[in-house]
Amino acid sequence: MRLFRADLHIHTCLSPCAELDMTPRTVVREALRARLDIIAVCDHNSGENVPAVRRLAKAAGMAAIPGMEITSREEVHVLALFEHARQLEAMQRQVYAHLPDRERAEAPGQQLVVNEQDEVVRFNRKLLPGAVSLSLEDTIDRIHSLDGIAIASHIDREAFGIIGQLGFIPPGLPLDALEIAFGDPSVAGATSLPIVTSSDAHQPDLVGSKFTSFYMEAPSFREIRNALAGRGGRRASL
Amino acid sequence: MTKLGAIRKSLGLTLLAGEDAPEPDVAGAYCGDMLSDVMANARKGDLWITIQVHMNIIPVAVMKELAAVVIANGRRPEPEVLAKARQERVPLLGSPLTSFQIACRLHEAGVKR
Repeated sequence: MRLFRADLHIHTCLSPCAELDMTPRTVVREALRARLDIIAVCDHNSGENVPAVRRLAKAAGMAAIPGMEITSREEVHVLALFEHARQLEAMQRQVYAHLPDRERAEAPGQQLVVNEQDEVVRFNRKLLPGAVSLSLEDTIDRIHSLDGIAIASHIDREAFGIIGQLGFIPPGLPLDALEIAFGDPSVAGATSLPIVTSSDAHQPDLVGSKFTSFYMEAPSFREIRNALAGRGGRRASL
Repeated sequence: MTKLGAIRKSLGLTLLAGEDAPEPDVAGAYCGDMLSDVMANARKGDLWITIQVHMNIIPVAVMKELAAVVIANGRRPEPEVLAKARQERVPLLGSPLTSFQIACRLHEAGVKR
């Protein structure tokens, strides 16, 4: 076993809040620069740029885990990571079915779906920054039903963090890990959940600026799950 | 101080849970959907107006000794939340009005704090 550097929360130009130059090629190039072994692109309520990122990462010899960042009804952000693209696609169908049923009013220019040549394939017109009409508990259940990992995003951020929105982490909530943004794990309080950190990058130079070190066998989804569960000496550390 | 029952009548609030809760005095009111903010800033005896329907609203109401919780915009908490409200004897009220409209009517009904 060895240590793998993983940044599991990176946005692309599909997220309206990310810079337009966060294209799949840029994300992968920056991830290589940051010497990451594993990345996960987690755009708001969508995984449509994951295929291009995964193809580019594979060609570069880097692992890319399919993922998205879901906004629950309570406006809590949750990272959903999966082993296979088809599981992410299934999650995306459920998320799209529970997004507000109206398109963005603004003209296109954001929410770009991009291919591996950085060509804009189309504009996504859904209200991706909105909240889905699924409770936090239901969202986590659905992630687990698709055999995914559910991580509460940036729990130390007031906006869209679980503690800011809900005051405290609901006891017994079956999360797989907590993500912190500011480096101090004590914000999690008395919890037995593993802590990870990620860049939550919305611009190129921040890709890999924060990462989690996973001590495990291989840079894979299954090994990340084993490390979060502390199986066989595997672990996640900040 | 205004009795909760009088406020319920004048605002036409629906009782969602807490039928057998003691009828508290309403000292003031607080609006908020971020529970961390409510935990920091609501005061004992406040009527809390929110659109948040997550289970955590009940422990927050208990911890802060709030008079009652009013769910705005016609949102409906899950049955487990209603059961928890009954168990903790937290009056849980509902209204189709927005938080702003409820706040205005509370003011008209004499809740000024």
